[in-house]
Amino acid sequence: MRKKYSFLSLIKNAFTNNENWEKMWESPDPKKGYDVIIVGGGGHGLGTAYYLAKEHGIKNIAVIEKGWLGGGNTGRNTTIIRSNYLWNESAHLYDHSVKLWENLSEELNFNMMFSQRGVMNLAHNEHDIKEMKRRISANRLNGLDTQWLDTKEIEELVPIMNTKNLRYPVLGAAFQPRGGVARHDAVAWGYALRSNEMGVDIIQNCEVKDIQTDNHKVKGVNTSKGFIKADKVAVVASGHTSVLAQTAGVKLPLQSRPLQALVSEPIKPVINTVVMSNAVHAYVSQSDKGELVIGAGTDGYNSFTQRGGYDVIEETVRAIVELYPIFGKMKMLRQWGGIVDICPDASPIISKCDVKGLYFNCGWGTGGFKATPGSANVFAHTVANDQPHKINEAFNLERFSDGRLIDEHGAAAVAH
Amino acid sequence: MILINCPYCGEREQSEFSNGGEAHVARPKNPEALSDKDWGQYVFYRSNPKGIFYERWVHTHGCRKWFNAVRDTSTDTFLKIYKLDDNRPDISEFKSTLKSPSGEPSVGSGNFAVKK
Ligand SMILES: Cc1cc2nc3c(=O)[nH]c(=O)nc-3n(C[C@H](O)[C@H](O)[C@H](O)COP(=O)(O)OP(=O)(O)OC[C@H]3O[C@@H](n4cnc5c(N)ncnc54)[C@H](O)[C@@H]3O)c2cc1C
Ligand SMILES: [Zn+2]
Repeated sequence: MRKKYSFLSLIKNAFTNNENWEKMWESPDPKKGYDVIIVGGGGHGLGTAYYLAKEHGIKNIAVIEKGWLGGGNTGRNTTIIRSNYLWNESAHLYDHSVKLWENLSEELNFNMMFSQRGVMNLAHNEHDIKEMKRRISANRLNGLDTQWLDTKEIEELVPIMNTKNLRYPVLGAAFQPRGGVARHDAVAWGYALRSNEMGVDIIQNCEVKDIQTDNHKVKGVNTSKGFIKADKVAVVASGHTSVLAQTAGVKLPLQSRPLQALVSEPIKPVINTVVMSNAVHAYVSQSDKGELVIGAGTDGYNSFTQRGGYDVIEETVRAIVELYPIFGKMKMLRQWGGIVDICPDASPIISKCDVKGLYFNCGWGTGGFKATPGSANVFAHTVANDQPHKINEAFNLERFSDGRLIDEHGAAAVAH
Repeated sequence: MILINCPYCGEREQSEFSNGGEAHVARPKNPEALSDKDWGQYVFYRSNPKGIFYERWVHTHGCRKWFNAVRDTSTDTFLKIYKLDDNRPDISEFKSTLKSPSGEPSVGSGNFAVKK
């Protein structure tokens, strides 16, 4: 580990006005060819490079990013982390990730600001209660720490919540104490830093225009910096994955839509957990800076405009103000959108395809940030061995013809 | 805010409408002969272009009628709106300003797309 950060290094650099920090990673020109090219410099792509280099001994790797690292959904999301998904396959995948999160700051010597402040999913009607209790039981069988809270317990944890005097009263909640939030850029930067140290080339401002194949075998990618040869190409481009797949003649069952978030002016700490509600569609947490981080929904139609409709924000803000009357007069500072790739069963695709040497990690939709380390870890295994890890075996493309869907609409639909 | 020109009511705000996904997806003619793979294609796979897209809309909070539209998904510009029994307009009618399949259109697909 070349660049080791410590309390001492912070103080030392403070004395020189923070002007002498070493560059975190190099920005080389692309080589003629690589063993593996990863398309997309978000958390999942950079993490894949890291685990390929660290656990599979493949070092001749390039991560190619059309913009800047983490400028996609990694840097646009509301950073909720949890693993309380219904089906065994998902519980294993997402909890593999939560376990990696728990050690990631130490492993990368880079502060992920991972805060296990708990994640709460509110129930507002009889159906919610039944669905959540069923999910809690399923989670327990998979060894997850999800539990049921009644309204009184919710009020103790979140005293500012209006639980009774609203159209859809709060009847209870599913709570996962090991869930929480993390710093979005940190995961991209941490993986970039440590994979670059192991020899991975990080190439920013370089767009992959198409994927070249020959006789069902991948040859490389055409980029804005020219053709780059590769034995294997791993596409991790979230909302743009299906567009890139198309250039290699591969069709993916994905639809791309804008998803929005907004943050408020900073205030003193008022809410120390993450609260989500599927039924009224609102979720909120408070950042370390004091801003409320609020997530809205997806637009109702396919689009690549990273913006989102105003009516979608309105709906969310309406629900937030009803649930937390104390926020009624707050000002919102910023709003933005990201393009998410939605899969028919609300579960990701981490899979090989008909083209040899071409791999996809996509379909994370509105909820893939939490999965970053776990997804990258099993995807690296898939790329290195040309076969899936046991954890991502079920997240293949064949499920859309053999019918083995992993339907997580209940756990994933609105909650991120 | 996006306005959609309902062929029956005229221009209304987008939130009055619901999107029905890709248009012109025909139900397979010989279902019993279809393989699992072909069924999967019909049930789960829809095109998702960045650029020119043929889609269905319904004026949910209005006349409740369905119609088709051609929209550029990289800018959200509606290029054509036509009734369900009209012929599918040829793609050569429309120009896309995208420089590459995943690239950005000349007006940008960021916050300024709809401002022009
Ligand atoms: C508003 C919002 C809120 C969210 N909230 C949560 C949440 O609370 N919890 C959660 O778990 N998830 C959440 N998500 C989802 C989560 O952000 C994503 O699933 C996850 O970050 C995806 O990571 P990624 O690395 O796969 O993709 P990205 O971070 O999007 O990275 C893909 C990269 O590929 C690049 N790229 C695209 N095309 C090309 C090309 N042709 N050539 C080169 N590079 C290309 C892009 O520029 C981008 O940087 C949210 C998403 C949004 C938009
Ligand atoms: Zn109408």
